[in-house]
Amino acid sequence: MTTADDGAALARYCLALGDDALIYSHRLTEWMTRLPELEEETAVANIALDLLGQARMLLTRAGAILGRSEDDLAFFRAGHEFRNVRLAEHGDRDFAELVVRLLLFSVWRLALLEKLAGAPDPGLAAIAAKGVNEVAYHRDYAARWVMRLGDGTALSHVKAQAALSALWPLTGELFRPDPDAPFALDRAETDPVLDAVLSAATLARPQTAQLGEVSGRAGRDGVHTEAMGSILAELQSVARAHPGATW
Amino acid sequence: MEQHFTDTIDAGRRIEPRDWMPDGYRKTMIRQIAQHAHSEIIGMQPEGTWITRAPSLRRKAILLAKVQDEAGHGMYLYSAAETLGADRGDLTRKLIDGRQKYSSIFNYPALSYADVGVIGWLVDGAAIVNQVPLCRSSYGPYARAMIRICKEESFHQRQGYELLLAMMNGTSAQRAMVQDAADRYWWPSLMMFGPPDADSPNTAQSMKWGIKRHTNDELRQRFVDMTVPQAARLGVTLPDPDLRWNDERGHYDFGEPDWEEFKAVLSGAGPCNAERSARRRAAHDDGAWVREAALAHAARTRNPPAERIFAATGAPDA
Repeated sequence: MTTADDGAALARYCLALGDDALIYSHRLTEWMTRLPELEEETAVANIALDLLGQARMLLTRAGAILGRSEDDLAFFRAGHEFRNVRLAEHGDRDFAELVVRLLLFSVWRLALLEKLAGAPDPGLAAIAAKGVNEVAYHRDYAARWVMRLGDGTALSHVKAQAALSALWPLTGELFRPDPDAPFALDRAETDPVLDAVLSAATLARPQTAQLGEVSGRAGRDGVHTEAMGSILAELQSVARAHPGATW
Repeated sequence: MEQHFTDTIDAGRRIEPRDWMPDGYRKTMIRQIAQHAHSEIIGMQPEGTWITRAPSLRRKAILLAKVQDEAGHGMYLYSAAETLGADRGDLTRKLIDGRQKYSSIFNYPALSYADVGVIGWLVDGAAIVNQVPLCRSSYGPYARAMIRICKEESFHQRQGYELLLAMMNGTSAQRAMVQDAADRYWWPSLMMFGPPDADSPNTAQSMKWGIKRHTNDELRQRFVDMTVPQAARLGVTLPDPDLRWNDERGHYDFGEPDWEEFKAVLSGAGPCNAERSARRRAAHDDGAWVREAALAHAARTRNPPAERIFAATGAPDA
């Protein structure tokens, strides 16, 4: 493999992880001023800020190879050019979905970042190492709430189980083989942590089928859910209304 | 006891939670702190609406961090109110039911990204002028809260001003956005200091108790004097034909805010009053099942903490 190929693969991979963080952060910021407690307002804002910070570093790393700025990549790409997994773009319908989705996402992302801290590219390795501490906190925050809801009241248990069942089909995509990734991650590697939390939360691991793909293509290939169009329409609106402006 | 209270105030020392205090002082303090806490929480809404649309990732991070700070200020202030025997849940209920007020400025809409900058510059600027003297409030926990909050507010104000400078150096459309936002926020910002002294019946008692250090009109003048040169540096025209330097007074003269509008907004008839309360009410009501679940779970606490679960599965500690 030539150096140019390595660069293209690295750029694609940084975009993938950066887009996951950017779109996930966007979905979390939609919750601001709508959360059940002020403590949750600050915690969710904090998690969204961490992911936004990761997105900025990863898009900057990709942009250094592609000759584009972080803002150019965030605001002036079309939907099919975004490489995030579809789990990142899901709009949480209630607080149960917010914390269950965050648990599924951060258990996976933490396992990924731990491996990537040893990535051959020092830039990516440093970004991943910094992200490990952040995402470990996201996972703990989500785990605590999943346990509270799963093992809270009868109502909260039903809502937590419903959230888990609704979101489970989106997890298969997380473990698809990725030719650009420096390391493979198998679902079996994250199962022990996830199962421990679900068991403490008295939640049953769903057996639901995985979300279908389009001719074998999904989020990483730029084929998203319909929600992606609305997300980008909002996220990019001001930047696109003022091309050439500086902020 | 009353003598001790009066002596403490007169000597410029602080009243602390365990000290005796007159009922009127306690009630006024709770109302003042709660109103401030409510303003922080409702104040998250107008700017918060622009987080998802921020035009650069850097601006998005700045705005998100600011809105997070406001939630933090709210929590901090509710805690200060709790040292006086108030209950946060009860205060939230009073806010939602419209029995306690928040700053009227947040009943105006945030209509463009320039509003984010102008809210930082004018609204946070006015808040700082109001709050700096409160760092010397006679009530200790509030005074200490204000010291921390003022530091963060002045950081927010500089960030707002910096955004406006960048926009004024940008395209003509950006400059027009800034001017439009300043036109809409100037008068409501002046109203943030409250009615003219002649119509402010509680001022004398509050000043005697050391929970207010300057009159509304004194603070309003201070804000105008501070802000006019900043507007000139930006290249923004403030929408007041009567605004001019008065050599004799050593202050800027300025026009009279529309006090009828002020009263209308205060009484609930502003452009966003209903929307702001409805959002806060919905968040609180929709979250009831979550808070109940947390209470039920805490009452049982048969689950091991997350750290132990992760340790048992060999996952790294957070």
